[in-house]
Amino acid sequence: RTLLTHPWFTGLQEGSQSCDGSVAVLSHQWKRAAPAYHLILEGILILWIIRLLFSKTYKLQERSDLTVKEKEELIEEWQPEPLVPPVSKDHPALNYNIVSGPPSHNIVVNGKKCVNFASFNFLGLLDNARVKAAALASLKKYGVGTCGPRGFYGTFDVHLDLEDRLAKFMKTEEAIIYSYGFATIASAIPAYSKRALVFVDYFLSFLNPRKARVTRRFIVVEGLYMNTGTVCPLPELVKLKYKYKARIFLEESLSFGVLGEHGRGVTEHFGISIDDIDLISANMENSLASVGGFCCGRSFVIDHQRLSGQGYCFSASLPPLLAAAAIEALNIMEENPGIFLVLKEKCERIHKALQGISGLKVVGESLSPAFHLQLTDSTGAREKDVTLLQEIVNHCMNRGIALTQARYLEKEEKCLPPPSIRVVVTVEQTDEELERAARIIKEAAQAVLL
Amino acid sequence: MANPGGGAICNGNLHNHGKQSDGSASGNCAKNGIVKEAQQNGWPHVYDKPLVESFEEAPLHVMVFTYLGYGLGTLFGYLRDFLRSCGIEKCNAAIEREEQKDFVPLYQNFENFYTRNLYMRIRDNWNRPICSAPGSRFDVMERVSDDYNWTFRFTGRIIKDVINMGSYNFLGLAASYDESMRTVKDVLEEYGLGVASTRHEMGTLDKHEELENLVAKFLNVEAAMVFGMGFATNSMNIPALVGKGCLILSDELNHASLVLGARLSGATIRIFKHNNMQSLEKLLRDAVIYGQPRIRRAWKKILILVEGIYSMEGSIVRLPQIVALKKKYKAYLYIDEAHSIGSVGPTGRGVVEFFGLDPRDVDVLMGTFTKSFGASGGYIAGRKDLVDYLRVHSHSAVYATSMSPPVAEQIIRSMKFIMGLDGTTQGLQRVRQLAKNTRYFRQRLNEMGFIIYGNEESPVIPLLLYMPAKVAAFARHLLNRKIGVVVVGFPATPLAEARARFCVSAAHTREMLDTVLENLDEMGDLLQLKYSRHRKSARPELYDETSFELDD
Repeated sequence: RTLLTHPWFTGLQEGSQSCDGSVAVLSHQWKRAAPAYHLILEGILILWIIRLLFSKTYKLQERSDLTVKEKEELIEEWQPEPLVPPVSKDHPALNYNIVSGPPSHNIVVNGKKCVNFASFNFLGLLDNARVKAAALASLKKYGVGTCGPRGFYGTFDVHLDLEDRLAKFMKTEEAIIYSYGFATIASAIPAYSKRALVFVDYFLSFLNPRKARVTRRFIVVEGLYMNTGTVCPLPELVKLKYKYKARIFLEESLSFGVLGEHGRGVTEHFGISIDDIDLISANMENSLASVGGFCCGRSFVIDHQRLSGQGYCFSASLPPLLAAAAIEALNIMEENPGIFLVLKEKCERIHKALQGISGLKVVGESLSPAFHLQLTDSTGAREKDVTLLQEIVNHCMNRGIALTQARYLEKEEKCLPPPSIRVVVTVEQTDEELERAARIIKEAAQAVLL
Repeated sequence: MANPGGGAICNGNLHNHGKQSDGSASGNCAKNGIVKEAQQNGWPHVYDKPLVESFEEAPLHVMVFTYLGYGLGTLFGYLRDFLRSCGIEKCNAAIEREEQKDFVPLYQNFENFYTRNLYMRIRDNWNRPICSAPGSRFDVMERVSDDYNWTFRFTGRIIKDVINMGSYNFLGLAASYDESMRTVKDVLEEYGLGVASTRHEMGTLDKHEELENLVAKFLNVEAAMVFGMGFATNSMNIPALVGKGCLILSDELNHASLVLGARLSGATIRIFKHNNMQSLEKLLRDAVIYGQPRIRRAWKKILILVEGIYSMEGSIVRLPQIVALKKKYKAYLYIDEAHSIGSVGPTGRGVVEFFGLDPRDVDVLMGTFTKSFGASGGYIAGRKDLVDYLRVHSHSAVYATSMSPPVAEQIIRSMKFIMGLDGTTQGLQRVRQLAKNTRYFRQRLNEMGFIIYGNEESPVIPLLLYMPAKVAAFARHLLNRKIGVVVVGFPATPLAEARARFCVSAAHTREMLDTVLENLDEMGDLLQLKYSRHRKSARPELYDETSFELDD
């Protein structure tokens, strides 16, 4: 029997023929004609639905259920690693040099009196009387701390002054100061680069064109590289900037107050317009002999950091006495533009004097006041190199020249530079002291390496 | 004459108020009222005082109006953006250089929508410059805007003697120079300002050693290390402690520096609800039992990141419970005591002392010197092997300049003052004065009917304002009445919970607090801010004599 000859249908047809008023007749015929197997099927379906509705839901868990006892056992058994792995007692960082007294030109290290060739005190402003007097005046007025971030009554007139002066000095529209040098560039770059491609130094890569349209590109370079003592090739970089439409962030910690006719850094050194550089960041801990850092550039770029720079918004502001010291240091820099030339001369002099030492080579350009002395022939093992260099350093320190090795976090550096001794030239070092230092280093190298 | 049954302070310990609530529900901070959490069976009975914290919810009409306010602001924002892009309205913001117009834009327009249209309208309430020490009163420089807050100019006038309810000056140690700061002056003259070298190279001065030993003594731990900036302490040392394959359990409301440090470390981060021990325990159990997701190996380490006092909520961490959990599941605990060091605890040693716990139970004690010591910088303290490890492996020690000597001397001086090593008991008196001021201020605000968040012992007091317009009106009116307050809105707080945050200081006298409270009363009536449904009686001494603080 097909569906169409099913009693239900025949019943319907019959009912529809007498279509006025016979719905009741239709349904009556309908009930009578339902076969048994159909009712049974329907009944089974309904029972199945009811069963499914009331059964437990099946959770898609990848884990099998553990019993409570098993869980407690797991918790008992688990042993974490120790919070910190043990550090060997003779790691150099645990036996660091202790300076008693001010870390200025004549320094007392580990009890020995030395001439300081290790602190980045390029312009000799660490113990300048004017700077100290300005800081003292600020201490008297403001006390020490600012007790709040910039947004919450932590902005002092000294901070605004310093930002103003820095912007004027660097001939940019605006400057922003941070309370810690390291935090400056570490807050500045993330403030702009939520979706960005950052080219740091050596490598250039190409990305797919669709993303390229919305990905911002930044080139981050240092003016004067701390690890190698070389100057960055800024004119070429500016050309690349316009060719590939990337923005330049220039980190000028070493070159601010060193390069250029008035100490304005690498841009003045090469004669490039400051507007071509999007952001200049520097710390005030080297030439300005204070603490903290700043970024300067056009308002368009800098103002963004006032709300997005994490180290600016969420951290207490710079203590006013340090800001006042920086202002005074800036005054001194502006009044005596001749010191930059003096510094340059001293750098060249010591570079020449240190050439030709057997066993050590000078790494860095002659106008860099912080350069490295590396072993010409490495022993092959980094630790042995470090020990050798340390002996040279100790030898020099015993004879009144304070030097230090350049320190790195070995596991974190992408391109770890070879071990080296850092030599820093400052304006306060006399020619005689420079000669003596060169001589002592030569002797030390001969004594240790041969 | 002290009332012997009341909150008298004898023998250096705060007596219980006798408000032991027996067998109240084990609820966590429920959002609908005041929660008194008694110590349940199973938790160590080291802290007997009930923890009173309240996070009252606002009435419905307030939330509706708040969202309406933001909605209206957004609509107008779109309108103004449209007008600006058409050129009908002048665009005051800085724009990109002509030569760089075809570069990929530096900012997405939408990112700055909130800044341009909502924040800009009321931005005169932030970044207010001052020109005196941030003590209990300070001088604010007056500034006006001729173009609706796009630019400001200083009129040259100074608003003098504004009562400071905004700076973190808990013990009143940030003040202009007086004779007690003589050592700072001497150190400045002898050592100078900067150090110009890192800790590993030539930057460790004898001052730093002295300071580190003193910090370790203050906190009663084995060793400590100091850093030049509090923010950097977190963000550069958490990556040194944990890395890939480790788990960080971080509180919902942790500070940006902790979040940044956690992200930089590369460890897996899981967030538990604010101060919610059930949520934390569940995460701990799951972590220990099931291990790392997908690869099923065990975690290398589990680190719990919490703060002592949360600055936006004013709540105090539930330390006894967390220590118990940590011991049971063998996790490590990192506490950021930025706001609580020096301000809570009977002698100002922070939350560990507040709860009467052993400092050795906490693995990493971190804090800053900015808030209670009137200086700047941060520290990490704990066992000697931890500190040695950080000396070797911390980014800050290798790449960043060390702390400036006069700042270090200021911290040494403040710490000796608080510890009583300078021969007086003034330090201890200030700690107690702060506790007194806190309780008084909170009590009076509760009576007036404002919604206050947080623990009743926390000197950070958020007062809820909710609506963006009230935020601006509140701050501006109070400045006209010579009271400086801090208001916070989105994104530091949730969108609908804008608040004013008061920081009580030991330097505030009773008169100053009363002046502020009177003005707040008037402001509350003027702006309709008294939303609380639990308005307490204005005469508490009538119903509970033991809670009324008498002047000593």
